[in-house]
This record gives sequence, C-alpha cells and structure tokens, in this order.
Amino acid sequence: MSTAIDTPAATAEKVTAQGKARAKRGETLTGWAFAAPFAVLFVLFLVVPALYGLYLSFTGETLTGAGSGLVGLANYGDALRDPDMWKSLGNTLWFTVLSTIPLVVLSLALALLVNLGLPGRWLWRLSFFLPYLLASTVVVMFWSWMYNPTLGLINGVLAKFGAAPVAWLQDPKVAMLSVVITTLWWTIGFNFLLYLAALQNIPEQQFEAAAIDGAGKWRQLFSIVIPQLTPTTALILTLQILASLKVFDQIYMLTNGGPAGKTRSIVQYIYESGFTGYRFGYSSAISYLFFVLIVLVALAQYKLINRRSAA
Amino acid sequence: MSTYTLSRGIKQTHKPGENPWSVSRMAALLVLAVLAATWLVPFAWSVLTSLKSEADAGAAGITLNPPDGFSFDAYRKVLSAGDIPAWAWNSLLTSVAITFITVATSALAGYAFSRVNFKGKRWLYAAIIAAIIIPPQLLIVPLFRQMLAFNLVDTYWGIILPQSFAPAMVLILKRFFDQIPVELEDAARVDGAGRLRVFWSVVLPLSRPILAAVAIFVFIGAWNNFLWPFIVTTDAHLMTLPVGLQTVKSAYGLQYAQNMASAILAALPLVLVFLFFQRQIIKGIATTGFGGQ
Repeated sequence: MSTAIDTPAATAEKVTAQGKARAKRGETLTGWAFAAPFAVLFVLFLVVPALYGLYLSFTGETLTGAGSGLVGLANYGDALRDPDMWKSLGNTLWFTVLSTIPLVVLSLALALLVNLGLPGRWLWRLSFFLPYLLASTVVVMFWSWMYNPTLGLINGVLAKFGAAPVAWLQDPKVAMLSVVITTLWWTIGFNFLLYLAALQNIPEQQFEAAAIDGAGKWRQLFSIVIPQLTPTTALILTLQILASLKVFDQIYMLTNGGPAGKTRSIVQYIYESGFTGYRFGYSSAISYLFFVLIVLVALAQYKLINRRSAA
Repeated sequence: MSTYTLSRGIKQTHKPGENPWSVSRMAALLVLAVLAATWLVPFAWSVLTSLKSEADAGAAGITLNPPDGFSFDAYRKVLSAGDIPAWAWNSLLTSVAITFITVATSALAGYAFSRVNFKGKRWLYAAIIAAIIIPPQLLIVPLFRQMLAFNLVDTYWGIILPQSFAPAMVLILKRFFDQIPVELEDAARVDGAGRLRVFWSVVLPLSRPILAAVAIFVFIGAWNNFLWPFIVTTDAHLMTLPVGLQTVKSAYGLQYAQNMASAILAALPLVLVFLFFQRQIIKGIATTGFGGQ
C-alpha cells in the first residue's frame, strides 16, 4: 500500500489530465498530418534552397567546381565593389520609381472613371484587365511588334504626323521608358480591380450626407473617396513596390538588359552571374544582398502603414 | 465574406435627380472610351498582323487593307509545323498538376492552422509569413542545383514541384476557414466524424468560392510563369508555352504574321478562362488582394 491514497477527486483529475495529454498528442498528430503535404514541399523547395543559397554565397562555387570551398565574405565584398551590380540595382530602383507612380495614380483614375456608373462597364473592365492575364512572353511579343522601328504601329502613327521614328528599345534614353509603358499596359488591371472593389465598398450614405451639406463632386472626391481609399492605396503601394523590385521577364525579353546595360535589372544580373557566368557563389551573394534590401523595404512600409493607421 | 460588392452588378452612382446624360458624364465617357481603346490597340494590331500574309505583314506603313487580303494561313502554318500544340499540352499538364497540388496542400494546411492546436504550429506559421517576403526569383541558383541533384532537370516534376506550394494561399484559406462557425463542425464531430471527414464533407463544400478563386489564380500564375520553366527545361519537347514561344521568336526570324499568330494562340486559353470565370477572378482580387506577376 502506498501512503498516498488517491481520493476519487484526485483520480478523476489524473484521468482528465491523462486524457488531456492524450488529446493534445492526438491534436498534434492530426495537425501535422494536415500540414505535412504542404510542409514537405515548403521545406524541400523553399527552406532548403534558401539555406543552400546562403551556404553557396560563402563559397567560390562555379560550374566546374573549380575554386569551390569556403571563401568567407569575399563574394559579398566583391558584390559591393562591383559596378555592374550597382548599375543593375540602380536600374531596378529607377524602374520601380517610374512604374509605381503611374501604376497607382492611373489605376485610381481609371477606377474612379469606371465607377461613375457610365454604360459599358463590362467593356471597360475587360479592356483594362485583359492584359494582366497574358504571359510575359506574349506581352513582349505584342510590344516588340508595337515598338518595331520600321514596321511598328507606334512609329507608323508618328510618321503620319510627320514625326521622326524613335528607336524605342535601342535608344538608351527611351529604352527604360518603353519597358515602363509595356509594364503599365500589362499590369495595371490588377490595381485597377483592387481600387474598383474598394470604391464599391464606400457607403452610399456618406455621399448623400455630403451632398446635403453642399459638397460638390470634386469636394466629395478629396474629402470622402480618397481618404476612404487609404488602406487600399497602402496595400497597392506595398504590392507594387515589391513587384517592381523583382522585375525580370519583360525587360529580359524586350531589351535583354540593353542598350549598354541601361535596363538590366538586378534579378537579371543574378540570373546572368549564375547561369551564363556560372558563378554560383557570387550570384547567391547578390541574391542575399537584394533580399536584405527587400526585407528593409517591406519593414519600412509596414512601419509607415502602421503609424498612419494608429494616428 | 462581405468585402465585395463588385459581382452584384452595376451600382448606379448617379442620383435620382441627376441627369445621366449630363455634359460632364459624357466627357468622362469619352475619356474612358479613348483610354480603353488605347488599351485594346496592341491586341488589335497583333490580331490584324496575324491575319496578313508574311509579305504584307513585313511591309512598312499601317495597312488596314493588305493587298494579299486576310487569311488564317499564319495560324495554319504555326499549328501544323511548330511545336505549339506540344508546348500547350505541357503547359496544360503542368499547370493543372500545380493547381491541384497547391490547392490540396494549402487547404489542408490552412485547415490545420485554423482549427487544430498542434505543437510546432506557431513555428511553422512564422516560417510561412517570413517566406512570403522571399522572392522566388532569388532562389533560382540553389533550386536549380537541387534539381540537378534530384535528377529533375528536364522533367515534368522539375517544372511542377517547386511551384506546387503557396504560403500566401495557405494564409488566405486559413483566414476563410476562421470565419466558418465552429458549431457547424461540432455537430458532425458529435456524430462521430473524424477530422478528415469533417474537413471533407463540412468545410470544403462551404469553401467552394474561395477554393475556386485560389485555383484560378494558381492556374493563371502557373500557365504564365516564365523564369522557372525557362531555367529547368532545355529540351524543346518539354518546354511550356511561354518558354517555347521565346525560342520561336528567334527561330521564325522575320515571319511577323506567324509570330503574332503564335502569341494570339498562346493568349487565347487565358482569355477564355477569364470569360468563363470573370466573377471568381474579380471576387478573388477584391477579397484577397492576391495575384501573380
């Protein structure tokens, strides 16, 4: 006989505790069973390459394996001293500035126009959104044709007005602008739909109240509509900046980064150092430097948005 | 889900007393029409070119009535001689597989995050949030070397697997499952149904709209993805449509009509997807703010 005689209450407690522990184990098993298929893919194709890339960035890995082995921070030092890295980073930031502003402002303008309740709504929606569904390759095929110096539609129209032909993709001064125009055409539909949805959610009573107070259309726009859209604008701005920083496809296929590297993006530089220069370690180091930049941008935006909504 | 009203149809914004045919409204309509026309021009110009003979397509100046007339010759040539049907098949196969795996794994994981209290949940959740910031473009080098090691370069699985999970979709589905009243599941559980049974016969049927939206977006993203399939395939027979088209451009050289015909053919499936699933696509963007590109 043990000295500790279990009272019925204590026994019950023990049993429920045991039951709880068992239930908890069961829950953990169930949880992991549900999460496992995703978790396996996630670890294999995201966590592992992310860590492997980090390791590669400290090595001198090349295609042939020559010069491999740990080199410490040498790749990072090289990257920071590499004028081509800075140039492609500069191009990327320039592209981000040039593309983000019209992609926010113009998409808002389009959404406001379409939201006026004018007839033909489905047609407007379709026109602005359709390009967003196209593969980058198709977009580039369309626009290479539009930009064609001798046969392209744009120069053809310009010629009708007696203007000189423009070398849209070959002229270092206009190449980036051409890329931005194509991007604007291709992607504006997404922001446009986000704004349109947000506009529809502004309660009608607010306009009625404002109209009774004698506020005109423009006054309503600036005092009701635009302030109400602030969360949407913040979301669009966040998504847009991050998307623009990652630009690759359309530039790579339209100009291949040219003329004279004027439009080469940082993702293209990562691709080229890895797959044409075969400098895997170096390429990974730039990836990580760029990743740090993206995290900083995301954090800054998060802080800014939170401060604004807290105020 | 109450954040969308878009699909409920046209909301009238002119007040009862307002003249729907006022000058300012007509001016707005004109501006809108000009902008929409501008947006449709690249389509129209490409379709027009694809219907011309090569000689007419390669002639300078804007010709709206080409000497050789219009025909489907370019389409016929592209479809019979080129690899386009094979690439379209590869695209369809891989995109459907990616969509199926992504939706299934995201729904299961999203449910676990929403309803099950399991050990390690917080860790996994934090990892997923962190992963959303990582641009997949930055992982191409290590991922490619991994594929070499797994012998998956130039295989369908090499195209499919690295695209078959989506942290953002897990979060979106979790948020949706969170809104489903637990009571609905409790009733089934009292009747002795297990978790999987509850998930399959209670939760999934209630989630059809969001599952459709997620599936459509994953499909469009997979169908249009360029960088990853471009890196992982070198064999022309395994290329997806976007990657294959990139090679066509150089192979055809100056065959502008065929070039444009290929582009139109590649765009067509997605235009059809949009026409069929317009409501879900718009709802999807409106409610979740996600998309590809």
